[in-house]
Amino acid sequence: MSYRFYLLAALIGLGILCCASLMIGRYPVSFSALLQFCIGKGDASTHLVLIQARMPRIIGAIVIGAALSVSGGAFQAVFRNPLVSPDLLGVLSGAAFGAAGAILLHATGPFIGLASFCGGCCAVACGFAIARLVGQAGVLPLLLGGLISSALFTALLSLLKYVADPYDQLPAIIYWLLGSLARTSWTELAVVVPVLCLGMALLWIGAQVLDTLSLSDDEARSLGLPVGVLRMVVLVLATSLGALTVSMAGIIGWVGLIIPHMARIMVGPSHRILLPLAGLLGASCLLLADTASRSLSASEIPLGMMTELFGALGFILVLRQLRREGRL
Amino acid sequence: MPHLRLEKLGFTRQGRVILRDLSLSFAPGQLVCLMGANGAGKTTLLRLILGLLRASDGEIMLDGRAVHDFGRRDLARILAYVPQNRETPPPYSVDQIVAMGRLPYKGLMRESRPEDQGIVTRILTRLGLNALRDRPCTSLSGGEYQRVLLARALVQETPVLVLDEPLSGLDFGHQIRLMALLGALGKAGRLVLMTAHQPDLVYRYATHVVLLEHGRVLAQGTPDVILDAGRLSAFYETPLTHHDIADDRFFAGET
Repeated sequence: MSYRFYLLAALIGLGILCCASLMIGRYPVSFSALLQFCIGKGDASTHLVLIQARMPRIIGAIVIGAALSVSGGAFQAVFRNPLVSPDLLGVLSGAAFGAAGAILLHATGPFIGLASFCGGCCAVACGFAIARLVGQAGVLPLLLGGLISSALFTALLSLLKYVADPYDQLPAIIYWLLGSLARTSWTELAVVVPVLCLGMALLWIGAQVLDTLSLSDDEARSLGLPVGVLRMVVLVLATSLGALTVSMAGIIGWVGLIIPHMARIMVGPSHRILLPLAGLLGASCLLLADTASRSLSASEIPLGMMTELFGALGFILVLRQLRREGRL
Repeated sequence: MPHLRLEKLGFTRQGRVILRDLSLSFAPGQLVCLMGANGAGKTTLLRLILGLLRASDGEIMLDGRAVHDFGRRDLARILAYVPQNRETPPPYSVDQIVAMGRLPYKGLMRESRPEDQGIVTRILTRLGLNALRDRPCTSLSGGEYQRVLLARALVQETPVLVLDEPLSGLDFGHQIRLMALLGALGKAGRLVLMTAHQPDLVYRYATHVVLLEHGRVLAQGTPDVILDAGRLSAFYETPLTHHDIADDRFFAGET
């Protein structure tokens, strides 16, 4: 099947999911009420539910799911490995540490997000610094730097949890780490969505860079590419996307790992097509997970927990496919 | 067409001397074969010439200008590289991998132009790869992928071709066809620089042979002067004989 079919199908699927997600919830909205709302009519309570509660979450889920998937696709190209995720350089551990620190200092909503973004960036910078200390070129030192940085920030996070007030701050930290889109607001979206869209667009424009970085360093350089600089630019962009998603929704695992691989199975490795499809699939996946997390039970199930559940199942499918391709 | 000159070239890695005091000069129209035992420094020398490594001593000059003074993209329009086929191929199709050879001309942000596609098709046809062009490289045999790498280098349309053991993994027929192709490229005025372990084929097709031993040049010159049983027996530490039949020379282990 051609890639156009997959892109169109993913787009239609996302549209259907959006409608379903607008209708489903503790306050159900019928299809006719949704149509009324779309043409600018409908009652005030429906208007309130859709505009203030559901739409910010839906937009948040779409953009975060897409950003995580595009970021994961870029990471997998740079590290020439379909099993790496945006967390590889320690961004999630750093972001979690930043958020936990902010909660400990009694910060509120946007400041926790900001601290989390800064923490993620610090962890990645730390990973880069460690890779430079190793002193060799290539992706292996980066991988090791990320691993060490991730371990370091996980240890620091544990320290913060240990000193946190067990009745107030510790549950807040743990709940934040489980991930949620419940706190998404229009104000936050207005700031973060353009940045995320810009990051994704830049990665898509550089799709050919990603294709060429998938070759060995010697090959890419002999084709005229300044490999070190381009790799750094891609990693900074992809990491910023990851850090921003954590600052908005907490830790959302698996999406950035599995979705790009699923897209690759459908349309092949060319990033010009892979990244848009991964974005659409990631958006649908996170929207589905978020809709399920807020409607399956009386109290909201943390989003991170939902993606872990879906992700574990998805990962089995990915591994089966890798085995079928003879790459495992 | 550029001349390539190595001036007292040396390379040391982690205190270990890999290459020392190499002075060589190559001209357009030559098919140069670097021969040497494993670990003699052949691949390191090629990577130095390509500007992928920086020499510890000496200089590599392309038409009187140091290789490291060239921009990466400019160098990619002069030197094309066929690496040793050791890594797992990327999952791209043959067509996509070969088309990457046009990157030095069209840049990273632009799509392929019709003339680029024309060059890709011409080279794929020339190397008998047209039937494979939509196949992912992961599904190819080692020899087929080796030919894909050669096709990408030819698509780069450079005056100098650098090939690291291009014969490895090829069947006998493709080895002969590849050497004939490289010989033809040399006669057409390109400088072809390769490493090889097949003295029969090197004798038949190369115009110049360099024997490398422990990072030094042991001997260099035309194949009929350099490649004889006595020298190669000492070089490979294995007793060898050679037999001249018509214009060819065949080597065999002494029994």
